[in-house]
Amino acid sequence: MSSRGRVVLKAAVWVASLWPLGVLVRGWLADDLTANPIDYITRTLGLTALVLLLASLGMTPLRILFRWSWPIQFRRLLGLLAFFYICVHFSVWIGLDHFFAWKRMGQDVLKRPFITVGVLALVLLIPLAVTSTQGMIKRLGGARWRLLHRLVYVAGVLGVLHFLWLAKKGRTTPYYYVIVLGALLAVRLWDWGRRRVGRMGFEAKDESRGPTPRPSSSA
Amino acid sequence: MLIKRDQDRKLRGEDIPASEITAERLYLDRRAFIAGAAALALAPSGVRAESHLAPLKATKNQAFTLPDALTSYKNITSYNNFYEFGTNKDDPERLQASLKTRPWTVKVEGLCAKPTTFDIEELLKFALEERVYRLRCVEAWSMVIPWIGFPLKDLLKRVEPTGQAKYVEFTTLVNPAMFPGQKRGFFGFSLDWPYTEGLRLDEAMHPLTLMTVGLYGQVLPNQNGAPFRVVVPWKYGFKSAKSLVKIRLTADEPKTAWNKAAPSEYGFYSNVNPQVDHPRWSQATERRIPEVRRRETLMFNGYGDQVASMYTGMDLKKFY
Repeated sequence: MSSRGRVVLKAAVWVASLWPLGVLVRGWLADDLTANPIDYITRTLGLTALVLLLASLGMTPLRILFRWSWPIQFRRLLGLLAFFYICVHFSVWIGLDHFFAWKRMGQDVLKRPFITVGVLALVLLIPLAVTSTQGMIKRLGGARWRLLHRLVYVAGVLGVLHFLWLAKKGRTTPYYYVIVLGALLAVRLWDWGRRRVGRMGFEAKDESRGPTPRPSSSA
Repeated sequence: MLIKRDQDRKLRGEDIPASEITAERLYLDRRAFIAGAAALALAPSGVRAESHLAPLKATKNQAFTLPDALTSYKNITSYNNFYEFGTNKDDPERLQASLKTRPWTVKVEGLCAKPTTFDIEELLKFALEERVYRLRCVEAWSMVIPWIGFPLKDLLKRVEPTGQAKYVEFTTLVNPAMFPGQKRGFFGFSLDWPYTEGLRLDEAMHPLTLMTVGLYGQVLPNQNGAPFRVVVPWKYGFKSAKSLVKIRLTADEPKTAWNKAAPSEYGFYSNVNPQVDHPRWSQATERRIPEVRRRETLMFNGYGDQVASMYTGMDLKKFY
């Protein structure tokens, strides 16, 4: 992709990601966020965070499937935007929904599995956000950094569980997220298996070749 | 004694001074409204809705008023759980036009001497009264609604329940052409249609249990369960089944829609109870639409002094 194309794409990602926040702010000012604005805001922020997190998780599969290199550049941006939305989502829960009723919120975190996994996902993403800079990659070293950042898969699974477990029976939207997450993880698993088999096949081929027959001097 | 009186006040929802929980303007409006309604004892209700539904004449029942501010007509009619239309809160208002409420009949049958099929026009001729009730949704939000209707006991007396009748079962219309939410979705599951609900006979005969045909001085909007629904104010909202076509007296506890869908989350009784949590969230507080801050949920939704005696000796954690 041309550098101009990348700039356009990057701008598009920024606009698309911040759009839901803008719609919420406008709706808040116009008092037009359903009869239960806090519930609507919490849900919209959470859903946007999940979409961005899955989008971030979708960049590597794009590279695997289509051999594009550009998606990797958006992995971090999308991940950080997801983290931003999760933080706002969490702050709204604390400040607007429960109005700093710490005891009640603490009980909820411990007693309600969907809240437990949601908070856990947020906590897991903190070190990833902190170590998202080039400098941190260098300081940690590529291998350790990659290992740490595998936590994003755990956070993705927890995020989808959070959505699945809070939904009432009859609501089907969370299942689409389960399917998307499953597909994204399946692509990675397939790629990982393929490479493993590739390596094993290479080694096996090496062995089958056996010792190179020594040219017979008598021939 | 003082504590007991305090508890009683709490059960009635009188522990919070109205001026504290209600914006003063609304508070004054309400006082004007009450005064107006009292002056026009037999005239159409003093409250007007900003819609074009048919007005409905009803006597304001002074025994069922509340110090709480009324929830706006717009909020009452745009934020609904009515899975027959769809699972989103705005689906009922958006899709309500497909429901046709004429012709409409309601069968009242089962263990009674005179099973009868009532036409909706006959039901509208019962002695209609306006009552302001709190509505507490199991999802921890609440509203205050001026309903119009008549006590279920007036209807049940007409059909003369037999001695074997112990429960009442309510059944909502099934018609996927009118209720798009009843079509099978992509994943193939929703509630089992028809939506059924139930009450014990003493709960059904309780003077608070209201067969409802209108709100805010007009006939019920479709999204609120037109043309005929039940309202049971001390229970979570899903107990108050909408768009009824059948009321049946039974000997056994009826199967109820949400209990079938998620038995650990929704019991047969489903009395509003701040001490018994929903498995996935606390019921201790609620958000009164459209307030920002949560408020404490009242035992039996504030109707304890009228209904608590029906549950004396019952373990309300077990019979949730």
